[in-house]
This record gives sequence, structure tokens and C-alpha cells, in this order.
Amino acid sequence: MLRDITLGQYYPANSVIHKLDPRVKLAGTLVFIVSLFAFSSAEAYIAATVFLGAVIYASRVPLGFMLKGLKSIFILMMFTVVFNLFLINGTPVVRIWVFTITKEGIETAVFMAIRLIYLVVGSSVMTLTTTPNNLTDGLEKALRPLAKIKVPVHEIAMMMSIALRFIPILMEETDKIMKAQTARGADFESGGIIKKAKNMIPLLVPLFISAFRRANDLAMAMEARGYHGGEGRTKMKPLIYQNRDKAAYLCLLLYLVAMFFINRIGFFAGLWY
Amino acid sequence: MAIRIENLNYVYSAGTAFERQALREINLTIPDDQFIGIIGHTGSGKSTLIQHLNGLLRATSGAVYYNDKNIYEEGFDMKGMRSKVGLVFQYPEHQLFESDVFTDVCFGPKNQGLSQDEAEARAYEALKLVGLKEKYYKSSPFELSGGQKRRAAIAGILAMDPDVLVLDEPTAGLDPRGRDDILDQIERLHKEKKITVILVSHSMEDVARYVERIIVMNKGQVMFDDVPREVFRHYKELESVGLAAPQVTYLMHQLQENGWDVPDDATTVEEAADAIIQCLKR
Amino acid sequence: MLNIIKARKVSYDYLKIDDEGNVESSSRAVDGVDLDVKAGDFVAVLGHNGSGKSTLAKHINAILLPTEGTLYVDGKDTKDDSKLWEIRQSAGMVFQNPDNQIIGSVVDEDVGFGPENMGVPQQEIWERVERSLKSVGMWEYRTASPNKLSGGQKQRVAIAGVVAMCPKCIVLDEPTAMLDPNGRKEVIRTVRELNRTEHVTVILITHYMEEVIDADRVIVMDQGRVVMQGTPREVFSHVEELKRYRLDVPQATLVAYELQKAGISLPDGILTNEELVQALAEYRDRQ
Repeated sequence: MLRDITLGQYYPANSVIHKLDPRVKLAGTLVFIVSLFAFSSAEAYIAATVFLGAVIYASRVPLGFMLKGLKSIFILMMFTVVFNLFLINGTPVVRIWVFTITKEGIETAVFMAIRLIYLVVGSSVMTLTTTPNNLTDGLEKALRPLAKIKVPVHEIAMMMSIALRFIPILMEETDKIMKAQTARGADFESGGIIKKAKNMIPLLVPLFISAFRRANDLAMAMEARGYHGGEGRTKMKPLIYQNRDKAAYLCLLLYLVAMFFINRIGFFAGLWY
Repeated sequence: MAIRIENLNYVYSAGTAFERQALREINLTIPDDQFIGIIGHTGSGKSTLIQHLNGLLRATSGAVYYNDKNIYEEGFDMKGMRSKVGLVFQYPEHQLFESDVFTDVCFGPKNQGLSQDEAEARAYEALKLVGLKEKYYKSSPFELSGGQKRRAAIAGILAMDPDVLVLDEPTAGLDPRGRDDILDQIERLHKEKKITVILVSHSMEDVARYVERIIVMNKGQVMFDDVPREVFRHYKELESVGLAAPQVTYLMHQLQENGWDVPDDATTVEEAADAIIQCLKR
Repeated sequence: MLNIIKARKVSYDYLKIDDEGNVESSSRAVDGVDLDVKAGDFVAVLGHNGSGKSTLAKHINAILLPTEGTLYVDGKDTKDDSKLWEIRQSAGMVFQNPDNQIIGSVVDEDVGFGPENMGVPQQEIWERVERSLKSVGMWEYRTASPNKLSGGQKQRVAIAGVVAMCPKCIVLDEPTAMLDPNGRKEVIRTVRELNRTEHVTVILITHYMEEVIDADRVIVMDQGRVVMQGTPREVFSHVEELKRYRLDVPQATLVAYELQKAGISLPDGILTNEELVQALAEYRDRQ
């Protein structure tokens, strides 16, 4: 059933990583991504692998679950690999018809594939161990300084969390309307792209109307419960850094420093050869 | 014979962690020109069952025959059958999408491949059947009251000229007036058009008043399938699965326990009052 | 005792406004309603759709303001802008559609939403959330996602969300219209329990007669006006009139009415099977 699909694929478990403040996880993901781009020696990538492996192990999310996210980028990955494989000039290794595969091409292709995989897996660690709501809270708090320059941070966060709550409801509704219109002889599958788009009208119009009706109801319910923006509001579950969060920040810093030096060493080692 | 269901099973999300058997070994025969009620509480499988009647859901095992043809067989005209077995979902007014009621009702017939003129003739007839006043035909669905919108939506299915009309809780969310109007209209339809009507409902009182046969669903299985008075004889079993007989059934049983010589199978207010009057005359 | 709600000649017009912002037409939804509700009462408002009962309900929470007349909630005029949030806190509201009034993605967060808006300190929010979830019997679902709950459970969470704001009065606007019979019973039981143990004033708007039998007072609305009021027994003894407003009557009352029409003299206002059996036994003894 549609309602069983959770957005962001949160994987419930009781691990250190799950318990971390979402801001730490946001920062960690950012640091990891930056490190992948800033330090690109083979040695640095080995270090990044160790780091990622350790985090995944600590998160207690099965590796299979982590790798599921890769399915969606499979085509993009193949594309990158093929492009790099055939289009980079250098020492020829194999020749197929008019194409030449070079040593440099193979190296770059493998490197790009690994980087892409690490990017996806690295961010999945965050989404799999953080509930969408927690993530929104983290974003709100992390972006708080922007409120000073009149960015409506609270409103944006509130909209995100409401959207997250209503996505499963609207998906279920889509399913229902689709069935109902099918019972009236509607056809959502056959025909060319224009016909298909036209056939979506009986689905989209009721869906929009329903979304508006819900929005209207919800606004009234929120007002009735005294909602009047972020001002003067207290938090039931405020984000407060614990010791483990501070330790995690320290780990992140250590990781960055280590990466910097390992990358350096790798660079010099390369010169020595 | 309109529809026959044989050994039907249906499993939701098969092969995943959310696997759940929604229907178990269902065997039913739905003849022409019958008024049937299906009752059962939420999650009993009644909504899943009716979606099998027009092929919207495909059974995990078992078969559905429409006029003795297996609907899962290759080459079966599923689209044609869907217009013969009309299914009105819960809150059907939420599917209205055209700018006016009349055009919306034409949607079904047009999907059947009818010409504009034929579709309009059908729409006109259907709107008349549900008793919507002509002044509303060209108004936007949003200008109608809840009950009127629902009639318009039911007309959208009727315009496809079905042999079997299945309604999933057609009175949900309506007030007593809207409820009685819709149910009376459906009964009239059944009598005038001689079509089979299947009414899915939570309300025993409603079902007892209109239908000639009740199918009680529980945990994905058919629990009872009989005429109302026979089904309500089992009021204690009905209670054990979260359902209840009409209030008058309890009244008759209470009178009997107090030494009154009344039959215990009255299911409507009129029957109950008559039985008591007869008893007092004796 | 103080009347928690006091309405004086309250009228409300819905305006239809054209594209230029001019008033095209107006229709009167509530028409000169006088209403007094005592603190701690359980008042049921009956009426069919369009009778104005929901419009009236929205006045109590200051979502709508009267076009004419005045409405006081706990002594405060709803037109007084500076008292708006106090009024919304003293008169909580539960709506019809369970899906469209739950804001949080987790049950306890949703219940905490109201107190958060009121600026209640964190520690106290948790205490209130626990107390109100326990009072509606949903404490063990506190970490569940609202999407996984049944309709009746969602409505109980919504009620807990209002209870957590410590209101003096709860207005429920057809809270059971979209529920199945079991969900309906569950919600009504919860509401009655709250009224009995916490002494919260309850105003229940409904069109199901079986939900009003236990109310202290029943108010029947039609075309924006209050047309009948009294105890359930008083109101249900006017079967003819209720039928004219096209409202339901308990089946026991209807059977009694049919018997009376057939010349069997029974007392007016029979509501339950037990009462009818009793009355019939007395009648037979008299014969």
C-alpha cells in the first residue's frame, strides 16, 4: 500500500548515529561531501572509505539498505563511466572499433564512479538515521541566523514538515481517485505523450481541489489551536547539543585534518615515485 | 447470472514486510436484479471485495466470472465490463473535475466511445434518475450542496448504463435527510431499471430497511450471507465482531425475555410496531 | 454559576464577493441566536447540513465573528482583538476531518502543538502532553505516526491536542461524521469521559441522534435559528416536529410513537428499549 512508503526512507534503529543532533549530521554530510571533492588522492579515498565504513557500522543500518539508494543513480553512473572510459585521451589500452580505452580513461571512470557512490551513500546515512521532522528541525535551527536578514526560516521549516506529513495522505488519495476514474472508463496508460497528459486532467483536477480543501481545513485547525507564527513559541523537543554531539563534531574535525594530511602525504608520495 | 466469485483470495503487498491477506476463500453469486447489502467494520475486506467485482484489483488466486466469462482470461474485454459493473466509491463527489455537472456526467459515456449526442442523452437520463433538478445541470459542482454533489457523482456512473451498481458507503458524511433521499433514490433505481444494486454500509438500520440479502464480512471472509431477518438472528455473533443488529431487533428480544409473545425477527420500526400491536390485541 | 458561553442575537451572513470585490449576494447562515451554556455542561447541537450549526460553532472559537450581535466566551467578547488568543485557548475546537487537523508527524508532537503556540515552558508541555494523551487513552501511541491510526484514534489525538491547551470548553464540530460506528462510539465515549471527570464544558455538534441521548441539553437548529431546546427527553417527545426538520429519532422512540398512533397510550419521551419495555409492561398491567 502507498501509505507504507516512508519518505526519505528513515530506518528506525537505536544507534549513536540515530541519536545525534540533526545539525551534527547535516554538518557531517557536508564535511564528507566537501572532503570528497577537495582531497582526491587514492590515499585520501582510502581514508574516506574507512570513515564512511565506520559511520555505517555505527548506524546499525544494514549495508543492503544503504546501497538501495544507488539503484536510482545507476543510469547516471553508467553514463559517467562510459563517457570517461571512451573520451579521455592518453595511453591506449584496448581498441574497440573506432573507440579507444585509455589507462587514464579507466582511472577517471573508476574514480568518478566511486565518488558518485560515496556521495549517495554518504547522504543516505543522514536520511536513513534521521526522521524527516527531526531533519526539518535541524535545518530550522541551523539556518536561524538567516532570519536576521528576513529569511522566513520558521515558516519554511513549518511548510516542509507539513508537506512531509501530507505526502502519504495525498499519495493515497491519488491512488483512490485514479481507481475511481478508471471505473468511469478513464485510461491512464495508453496513448502518446500529449494524450497521456490530457488523460491526467481527471486525476489532477480533483487532486488539486482536495489539496486546497485540506490546506484550508488545516489552516483553520492551526489557527484554532493558537498558531500565530514563530514568535513567542516554545519548543516541545528543542535541539540541545549533548556531549555525544560535541564528540561527533570533534571526530569530524579530526577527519578533516586527517584527510588534509593524508592527501598531502599521498601527493608527496606520488612525487617520490 | 451476473457475477460469480470462486475461491477468491487477495493478498496486499505480497512479498514485502507489509503483506496482509485481505480476502480469504470468497465464494459468492450475484444474480441479476437483486438488492444486496454488504456490511462489515473497517478492515473487514468489504471495500477490497467490491474492487474485484469490476477488475480494479486482481485476485491473488481464484476467479471472477462475469456472465459466465472468466474476467482474468486473455482477451476479456475489461473496459467493456467496467462500464457494466459501475462502482461508486466513497465520497464520489471528490472525483468531479469538469467545470459543470452535465459535462462531468458525460465523461463516462464518452470514454465508452459514444458520440457527443448519445453521451448527452445518457447524461440527461442519468441526472434525471438521481433526481437532480435541471437548473443545476449547468452549474459548477462547487455550487451544489453535499447531497446534490453526491447525486451528480452517482449519475456519472449511471450514465454508463451499468447492469450492476456497486456503492461504497453512499451515505457517509451526509445528514439524515441527505441519507434518506439518496437511499430512496437508489431503491427506486433498483425497481425501475431492474439492475442489481450492491450497497456497502456500516449502518444496520439502513441495510435492514432496503435490501433483500445481506452479506456480512469479517476478517476477509464471508461470515453470513442470507436474508436480513436470518442474519439478524445472529445478533450476538454480530456483536462479537463489532457489528450490531438494528435497535428494534434488541427491543423484540427484550420483550420476549419479559414474557411477551412477539416474534423476534422484526428488523424495521414498522414491523416491530405491528408485532406489538398484534400481541396486545390477542 | 457563570455562563461560559453567552450569545446575544448572534447573526452571521456569508457574503459572495465578485471579482471586483463588491458584494454580490449575502446569505444568512445564523439568524439571531441566543444561547447560554453553563460551565461543565454537555450540550448537543442537532440540525441537518446547512442549518447553521457549524457556522455557529466557529463563532465560539472566534474563527468567525458575528455580523450582528455579540458572543461572549468566558466573559470575553469575541470581537475584542486583544483577547483573541485567550479566547482560542479557553474554547478549543475539534473538526470533522481527522486527517486535516493533525499537524505533527508524530502523535506526541501534534498534541504539543497548541501548548507550543501558547509559549508554555518545555517541561510543562511534556506534562500536559502526557496527561491529555492519557485522558483520551492514546498514551501508548505517543510515538506513532498519525497516518497509521484509525479514524477514531486520530480524532482522539485531535481531542488530546485541544485538551493539552487546558480549555474550559471544547467545541466538537461533527467529529464523528467521517467515522465508522466503532470509531464513533470511541470518540463519544472519550468526550463524555472528559466532561464527567475533568468537568470540561462540551458542545457537540452532530446529526447522529444516538450521540445526544446522554447530553444535559439538546439544541435543534434549522435555517440558522434555534428551533427546539431542552433535555433529550423533552426534545425527543416531539417526534412529529423532529420529523419535520428531517432529523433522526431513536428507533425505540419511533416504535413508541407508532404505538401511540395506534391508540396505545404510552408516556412521551421514551428514548431507550428498556424504557419502552417498561412502559409497555405498565400499559399491559393497566388493561
